[in-house]
Formats: sequence, structure tokens, C-alpha cells
Amino acid sequence: MNALPGYAFFGGLLAYALGAIGSLIGSRVANLARVLGCGFALAGALIETLSAGIALFAPADAHWEIQSGVPFLTYGFRLDPLSAYFNLILGLLAVAISVYSFGYLRPMKESKTAGILGFFYNLFLLSLTAVFSASNAFFFLIAWEVMALTAYCLVTYDHQNESTRQAGVLFFVMSHVGTGCLLIGFLILDSLAGSLEFSSFAASSAKLTGPLQVTVFLLFLVGFGVKAGIIPLHIWLPEAHPAAPSHISALMSGIVIKTGIYGLARVLFEFLGAPPLWAGTIILALGVVSALLGVLYALMEHDLKRLLAYHSIENIGIILIGFGASLMFIALGHPKLAAIAMIAGLFHTLNHAVFKCLLFLGAGSVLHATHTRNMEKLGGLIRRMPQTAFFFLIGAIAISGLPPLNGFVSEWLTYQALLAGFGTTEKLTRILFPIAGSLLALTAALAATCFVKAFGITFLALPRSKAAGDAQECSSSMVAGMGFLAALCVALGLGATWFLPAFDGITQRLLGVRMSGDLAAAGGLALTAGSARGGSVSTAGIAAMLVILSALPGLLWLLWGRKGTRYVEPTWDCGLPGLTAENEYTAFAFSKPLRMIFAALYQPRREIQAEYEISPYYPTAIRFDSEIESPFEDRLYAPVQKYILKIATWMRGIQAGSIHAYLAYIFVTLIVLLLFGVRP
Amino acid sequence: MNIVLSALAQLLLFLVIAPLVTGVIRTMKARFQNRRGAPVWQPYLDLHKLLRKGMIIPDTASWLFSATPYVVFLTAAMVSLMIPMVAADAPLSLFGGVLAVVYLLAVGRFFLALGALDTGSSFGGLGSSREMTISAIAEPAMMVAIFTVAIAANSTNLSEVAKSAVGQSWRFLAPSQMLAFGAMFIVLIAETGRIPVDNPATHLELTMIHEAMILEYSGPYLALIEWGASIKQLVLLTLLVNTFFPFGLSPDWSLGGVAAGLMFYLLKLAVICCLIVLVETVNAKMRLFRVPELLAVAFVLGALALISTFLF
Repeated sequence: MNALPGYAFFGGLLAYALGAIGSLIGSRVANLARVLGCGFALAGALIETLSAGIALFAPADAHWEIQSGVPFLTYGFRLDPLSAYFNLILGLLAVAISVYSFGYLRPMKESKTAGILGFFYNLFLLSLTAVFSASNAFFFLIAWEVMALTAYCLVTYDHQNESTRQAGVLFFVMSHVGTGCLLIGFLILDSLAGSLEFSSFAASSAKLTGPLQVTVFLLFLVGFGVKAGIIPLHIWLPEAHPAAPSHISALMSGIVIKTGIYGLARVLFEFLGAPPLWAGTIILALGVVSALLGVLYALMEHDLKRLLAYHSIENIGIILIGFGASLMFIALGHPKLAAIAMIAGLFHTLNHAVFKCLLFLGAGSVLHATHTRNMEKLGGLIRRMPQTAFFFLIGAIAISGLPPLNGFVSEWLTYQALLAGFGTTEKLTRILFPIAGSLLALTAALAATCFVKAFGITFLALPRSKAAGDAQECSSSMVAGMGFLAALCVALGLGATWFLPAFDGITQRLLGVRMSGDLAAAGGLALTAGSARGGSVSTAGIAAMLVILSALPGLLWLLWGRKGTRYVEPTWDCGLPGLTAENEYTAFAFSKPLRMIFAALYQPRREIQAEYEISPYYPTAIRFDSEIESPFEDRLYAPVQKYILKIATWMRGIQAGSIHAYLAYIFVTLIVLLLFGVRP
Repeated sequence: MNIVLSALAQLLLFLVIAPLVTGVIRTMKARFQNRRGAPVWQPYLDLHKLLRKGMIIPDTASWLFSATPYVVFLTAAMVSLMIPMVAADAPLSLFGGVLAVVYLLAVGRFFLALGALDTGSSFGGLGSSREMTISAIAEPAMMVAIFTVAIAANSTNLSEVAKSAVGQSWRFLAPSQMLAFGAMFIVLIAETGRIPVDNPATHLELTMIHEAMILEYSGPYLALIEWGASIKQLVLLTLLVNTFFPFGLSPDWSLGGVAAGLMFYLLKLAVICCLIVLVETVNAKMRLFRVPELLAVAFVLGALALISTFLF
């Protein structure tokens, strides 16, 4: 039994490798490269999903090691429940994206680029799988770096574009700042544990106390936080994610930022030892800030993909609220509540992956059909692209946390965990939980506002440009990819209680409790927060009741409505000659009230220039400019960047270009190292 | 079987009482303003007439425009089964507590806002943008107030909240409960679109919010939306009276208990309606950008309620 996930796991890796090589070899013929790249990726993803699914429920970890011959480095893989869970998410998304890519990459006639894209795409999936299953720090960092470099190559795929190159550089720099922190963090852990194995880190976690614990916590928080996009480490995310081709954006927002969440889960719950209360409080506070600011900045975006990228920051925040609460419960000695909060965070990780991937693929289809990401130039697509519109709507409902879809379930669990927190301590921290809950409510309501805007402006009413008017439904493979994810949104929403046993292995390992029995009531119909008395919800029941209740309007129609006729007429235009797309509300106007209400945050600047000939009351042309402040870039990063550049200029002095000078440097370094090395 | 009967009874009561409450508020408001006003059963006549009429669908609209009235009506009807009305046990309280109630109402609002954008008219977008903004800002205040009550009862299940107050009828005099009530009342005004946040009687484009969204609906669709809106209003009123003043709630669904519970319920509704009419009469509608300040007051009240729970 234990052999099956192993064969499947390596079979999947092999398929990715073959896909990467195949795309390169086939890159002479665009279609061949595309079919090889997507086909092998799809096969690999299916096999990896299977393997992760088996490993998630397996009683014992699957563990393999391949010696590399290089000191310290062994290619160690371990599929424990946490790894298997993240591999499962990756596999599910990779299945959908690979199917979608068959159609999405079809217009790429330049054969070379299709091959290169296929190569990096498969390599990306391979490295992501390795990141989630690496069993020692050295191999983990190698996989992590391969992932980052591949991501860089994919982000800058459209490298003729100046802004894309800049986004790539920003991503590259930020990513490596993070990796640097990870490296130091792992070295500290190594010095305590005497080995680079993750299992020995976990075993010696009790030794980690005092200032060293603080240092390790902060290093990993920054290291993984950069990848996850926690505010204020997020600045690369809204630049890099939209710049990549849409199926890669879907992968990046869906799962790549989750590598940061995976790393945090490993470190916080396994390596950190007894987590102090402040650690959980910091995570909770960062989560609330990321969630709220993420959605507030998303509201100001009119670029569909940037808007989605900011929502990734928001959802990472929601996941961190769950993790933070979980850490606080551990510190306060409530493992069951900690398990509920952890399940809320982990479940939201899966849910966000599914609906964000769906939304990015939907945005990709819109971009594919209209060649614009600017919402102000879209509209009316629900008639021209009905299937894409429907699936995007499902994603929008799910991400807004509305019942009965999956986003609601994990947000509900988060609320319940936060409410339960009130009774767990006598300290002032108990106030934190309900306040965090109310800010989470604000976040969710703002997300709903944002997606009314995103869906309403993009898909409804009249097209605002010719490109949007001429749009056509995308190919059947793209629809199939989105349909699969939309079905998952519905299934994970309605069948949430049946999915809960998937978390048993993880909570058993990390917290020593199994919660799936406690969280389900009424024979799996209702989801509870520990006990039915404390509150329950049944998404399946709500959905079924809505269907039953729809008999009511039917009855009304039978009683009264049969004689009424239905006319299709123009919308009321206030007596003006006809309604055009120019009369429609714009995305900018839609978010204007919030821009004014939160003016203290946005610091909006606007400039209006009217050109006129005779009188200012009869302008011939009006120019309107509006922008909001980006405080993190301006206030936090710009001074740091200035300082670094200053040091770099100063350091330039030692780069004389003379070989003698360099030899002298090497000699001095050697001496210093020898002094350190032979020091008793 | 019992649960089916109780669900049917509660659904019927909600469907019947909801338009009546709207009518009573309108008539009372008219009397306060020295007008005679329409009879209290006018909303029934309106619904009857609208349901029989034909309807006009905008030519820009898609299927979403037509789906919206059903979603608004069905989610409101669904929610009405999840809150305690005349008996402490809500028929479907297992299906969701107060969080599910808030979020199901949000589903209706989400679709209404999309339906408004679907018409392509500026009014639709205007109403949709304002409605979503105000409801978003009202959300944290509502949640803090709800959390205060939920923490006191140690449950988000509304039946449990109602039951926990049995035997302590004067609980509403506790500072935390009074502050939370104040917060909830302000949120109620905002959510039901009443003065000073929105004016349900206006069709002036500069001020309308809810009316702007449903401007293009007519006939049976308009009837469903109006009925759904009045059910939503009654749901919020019921939530307010039964969580803060749970007197007279029947412990079971026996005939006598329900009759007595209904008497108490109508009495409580009458009092809260008077309060709403009073607020609507003595206030003028606020400028849109003053509304956040009002809701901030609600949030502060809610937060104070929470803190006083911690202190006492």
C-alpha cells in the first residue's frame, strides 16, 4: 500500500520532466510543443493528485532519499499529511490549468516561444512539487530557488514590454531577500538540531527559546512572508502576477503564494517549539492588516488581473487570521480550538486556490477574447461569452464568501474560531478576537463590493469598446478547465463536512487531535464549531431549501402571473436619444464613494485640465488624471532603496578593475578565513 | 413532521406580516406628518396588482436581470426560517445561525447590485455602488454588536441566543446589551434603507439608493423584490426584538404557546415600528458622505458593548 503513492509520486515528477524536455525538443513545431507540454503536465498533475490523495489518508509517511554524492545534499522527499495536502491543491490546480492551456496557447504561432513556455511551465510544476515534499532544508532551498527562478522566467515571458521587465526585477529582488532570510533561519535551526533534516528540526524544537526563538520567528516570517505577499512585503505581487501569461498568473496566485503559507505552517507549528502568545498575536494582526488593505487596494484597481492579484493579498490575510488564532490557542492551551482555527486557515488555503485560479483563468479568457485587461473598455461579455461569464460569476460569489459556496465555509469556520477565542483567556487579548472578526466582516463585505464591480463592469450591460463588442466565447478546452474549478467551488461548498477528514492527519500530527467527528453534526449535513450548541451551518441544507422554496414564486405565477406579458424594451434614458455605453457607470465611478470615505488612506490626487476657446463654460476638451498614493513603495521602500544605492555607489570604489587589487582581496579574505578556521 | 409544520407556519407568518409592517410604518409616518396616508393594507394591494401585470425587460439585460428577483425573494424567505419568531426554536436553526443569516442577506444584495448594473443605466450603477458601499461600512458595526450577543450566549445559533435569555428578562438593562442594541438599531436603519440613510419614498436620483437599483424592474419581478425587501426588513426587526427582548417567546410549537408568542411578538414589533417612525420623522436625510460617520458611531457603540462585556 505504501508503495503506490511512491510510484505515483515519482511517476508524476517524471511526467513533468518529460513535459519539460518534450516542449524543448518539439519547439520547432508550435502545436507539437503545446500538445507535449500541456499533455505531459496534465498527466503529471493527475498522477500527483492521486498520489497526494492517497498519502493524505495514509497512516504512515512515505519517505524516500536519493543520495547526491555532494556533502549535506540528499534529495529527500517526505509525504506527510501537510505536504500531501499542499500537493493535492497543486495537483488539482495543475489539472485545470493544463486543460485550459491547450486552448489558451493555441494562438501562439511562434514555435520557439510555445516550447519555452511549455518547458518552464513543466519545470515550475516540478519544482513546486519538490518544495512541498522536500524533507531537508538544503534540498528545500534548492527547490525553492528553482521555483523562484522559473517564476521569474515566466513573469518576464512578455519581455519586450518595459513594465514587465521591471515587474520581473522587483519580483527577483524581493524573492531573494526572502530566500536570504530563510537561509539564515535554517542555519540557526541546523546549529540547534545538528542536522538539516526537517524531522530533526521538529524533534529539537523544544531547544528553541528566548531571543533565538524571536530571531528565528522573524526571519521565517519575512522569508516566507515575502512569498506569501503579506503586507508590507507584498509590493512585488500586484506587479508580477498580472504581468505573466494568464494561466501562469492563475498558478502563481493559486498555489505559488501558498508555498509561503506552507512554509509558515511548517515553521510555526513544527519547528518553533512552544509558540509564545505574542507570535500568534503578530500573525493575527498581520493577517487582519493584509486582508483589509489588500481588499481596499483591490477596490481601486480597474485592471482585471491587478484587481485579482490584490485579492490574493486579502485572502492570504484571511488564512493568516486562522493561523494566528491557532497559534494563540496553542499558547493558551486549547488544542481543540487551535485545530478548528488551523482547519479554517488550511481550508481557506484550498478554497482560495480553487476560486482564485478560476477567476484568473476567467480573466485570461477575457484577455484572450478582447486583448485588454482594462475594465473600463469591457462590458456586455455575458452575452458574447456566456460560459466564461457564468464560471466567473461562480468564482466571484465564492471569493466574496457568500453561501452556499466554498469561500463561505472557511470564512464561517474562521469567525467561529475567533468567537470561541473570547472565552479562552482573562487577559485583554480576548478583545482582539471579536475585533479581528468584525474587521474580517468588513473585508468580506468590501470583497463583495469589489466583485460586484469586477463582474458587473466587465460582463454586464453594453460593451464599452469595439474589442469587447466583437468578443467571442473561448475554446472548449478553456471552458472545460474553468468548469472543473467551478464544480470544485460548488462541491467544496456543499460537501464541506465530507471533506473534513482530510484535515485529521494534519491536526493529529501537529496538535494531537482529530476534529472531523466534532465538526460535523446531523449525520454530516451540518458543519459545527466543535458542538452543535455553539453554532452550526449547513450549506447543503441551505441550497436544498432554496430549491424547495422556489416552489413559492412558481405558486405566485400560477395564481396571478399567467396572463402577464413580457416586453423587451430599451432602458429608460431620461428622454435623451437612446442609451449608449457612455451612459453606463464606470468602474472608477463605482468605487468613488469608497475612495472618498477612505481618503485618509488613499490620499487621492486628481487633476482636471479643461481646454476652451471662448469661455470656460464651453470646454473643447477635458483631461482628467487621478491617482492614489502607494504608501509602501513611497514611504517604506524608497528610502531603503536610496540608502542601498548610496552604499553601492560608495562600494564602487573597491571595484577598481585591476587584477592586482582583486588578487589582494582574495589573499586578505583567505587569511581572515584561515584565522577564523584555525581558531581554537 | 413537526419541523415541517413549524417551518410552514413561520414562513406563512413572515409572508403575511412583512407587507403589513411596511404598511403600518408608512401609515404611522403619514399620521406623524399630519397626512392621512394610505391604509395599512395598501402593500398587499400593490403586490396583488404587480403580480397580475405584464413586465418590461430592458433590452441590454441578460439572464442575470431576470434571476435577481428570485434570488432576492428566496434568500429572504430562507432567512426567515432561520430566526426565532414566535417560538424560541427557529424551524431551521440547524442550517445556520446569525452568520448565515447575515451572509444570505448579502447574497440577495450582491445579486440586486448586479441586476442594477445589468440595465446599463446610470441610475442602476449609482444605486448599486452606493448600496454596496454603505452595506460594507455597516458590516463591522453589525458584527461587533452580534458578537457581543453571541458571546453572552456562548453560541451563534439564534435559538440558543434566545433561550439563554430565558429567566433573565432584565438582561437588556446590562450596559453591554444596551450599547449593542444602539449599534444594531443604527445598522437596521441603514440596512433597511430608512431616513436618515436612505429615503424609501423618494425617486430623486441624487438621493435614492435602493430605489435606484430597482428602477427598471416592473410587474411580477418588482413584486418579488418588494416582497423580498419587506421580508428582509421584518427579519432584521425580528432579530432585533427577539435577541434583545426575548419576552414571551414560546418554548415549543404548541398551539397555545404559538398564539401567546404571536401576541407578544406583534406587540414588540409595534413598539419598534414606533421607534423607527419617530427616527424617520424627526430626522432629515443625511448627505451620502455623512453616513459613514453615523455607521462609525454604530461601530464605536458595538466596540464599547464588547469591552463592557469584558469588564463586567
